[in-house]
Amino acid sequence: MKVTIDGVEHTVEPGQTVAGALLRLGRISWRTTRNADRPRGVFCGIGVCFDCLVEVNGVPDVRACQRLLVDGDAVGTS
Amino acid sequence: MAAANAAARAGAEVVLVDGEPTLGGQYYRGTPQRVDPAVEHLAESAVWAMEGLRLHIRTGAADSPHRTGTVVDADAVVLATGAHDRVVPFPGWDLPGVYTAGAAQTLAKSQGIAVGARVVVSGTGPFLLPVAESLVKVGARVLGVCEANSGTGWLRHPRAANPGKMAELAHYAGMLLKLRVPLWRKTAVVAAHGTDRVTAVTIARLNPDWTIRATRRIEVDAVCVGHGFTPRLELAVAAGCALKDGFVAVDERGATSVPGVYAAGEITGIGGADLAAAEGEVAGAAAAGSESTKSLTGARRFAAALADAHPIKPGWQTWLTPETLVCRCEEVTYQALCAATDLDAAGVRTLKLTSRVGLGLCQGRMCGRNATELAATRLDQAFFDEAALHRRPIATPIRLSELAETPLEPQEDP
Repeated sequence: MKVTIDGVEHTVEPGQTVAGALLRLGRISWRTTRNADRPRGVFCGIGVCFDCLVEVNGVPDVRACQRLLVDGDAVGTS
Repeated sequence: MAAANAAARAGAEVVLVDGEPTLGGQYYRGTPQRVDPAVEHLAESAVWAMEGLRLHIRTGAADSPHRTGTVVDADAVVLATGAHDRVVPFPGWDLPGVYTAGAAQTLAKSQGIAVGARVVVSGTGPFLLPVAESLVKVGARVLGVCEANSGTGWLRHPRAANPGKMAELAHYAGMLLKLRVPLWRKTAVVAAHGTDRVTAVTIARLNPDWTIRATRRIEVDAVCVGHGFTPRLELAVAAGCALKDGFVAVDERGATSVPGVYAAGEITGIGGADLAAAEGEVAGAAAAGSESTKSLTGARRFAAALADAHPIKPGWQTWLTPETLVCRCEEVTYQALCAATDLDAAGVRTLKLTSRVGLGLCQGRMCGRNATELAATRLDQAFFDEAALHRRPIATPIRLSELAETPLEPQEDP
């Protein structure tokens, strides 16, 4: 499957989550906090903590650890 | 799954609402599972609200605005919403590279990813051992597993002996030896260091109350932390189920205080996958108006002994500095929490409103317990209202557009 992450095309396997794809690319943080501008990535890994939020196909606030990638997805990190 | 199977066997029409895309929950992740073909499996589905025995469900890709809404009116509901890791805060726990033990386990099992190359696992409880094993399997070097308690609390519970479970624990202990992963007892990661990611941790030798006795620093690129589990109680609380000692109160058939609502698994007490399945079988049968012959006594006694051997001791509160975050979402520091507590904290609600702790995206799921314990210490009195920590009428976030188009009544199939 082909997806884009921050505009760059990548090939991923079915069953990969957005968080899985980002971690495989060596990225461990992809968002900054509202107040202190601190970096965040995966923390709880099971959809509870909301640290890992990304934008998928233009929709913000998607939990990267919960979202399975599908062919053609466009992922954006802030 | 066990509850759905038991209810189907008893002749009930069963819908299994599953938050995951595939069967198996958190434990069997990556190992394919099956249920009775008579069970309707709604995968990738979230019950976001419960009104009596009416369930409001969204089905589809996580957090997508294009999920479909369904409403199910049930004669009986078995809640088995499970638990997530509890992590007590420490300086640097918000740095990228610090993960919950459950996150490390999930990423290893379902994504084949090692969260780091040089990893320390820290916390308390038997769950840390399979996490270390999973990490090694995906190629991480686990420098050590820090167990904050002595781990010999078992010996005080000779009657809890459960041959199967003891063998499982012995298997993990043997596995660690074979993998050359040291188990450091009475030890904990008490600080993580780094600017934009974790590069080192402070490991402390602990007193029995978890205050720090001595420290050393080691270089790592990831830390995995878990101090037991927090039950996911929002649906049970929304349904009006009575709680006992922080869990859903159930009778021997899994019935809660609300007629027609049953509960099984970690929300009734932390006990692991085998006990959860046994409880599911009992509750599923009862919900379908039948009866299971399964006995839960031995497994429950073992779980209680395990919990006794791995308590969370108040000394963790001494690990914090004034700048340590208590609430990750709203970035509330320990200092700010103390100031708010001194100002006005008559209960969980006022504490939230004065400090903003627990008002962020996770709605207090990660910090609620820690914040109330810190505030109780500060005030030198308990104001722990269990239900208040879990009161989230919208059990899982949905988008406003979804709320607007959601059906309010069950719809017949066209």
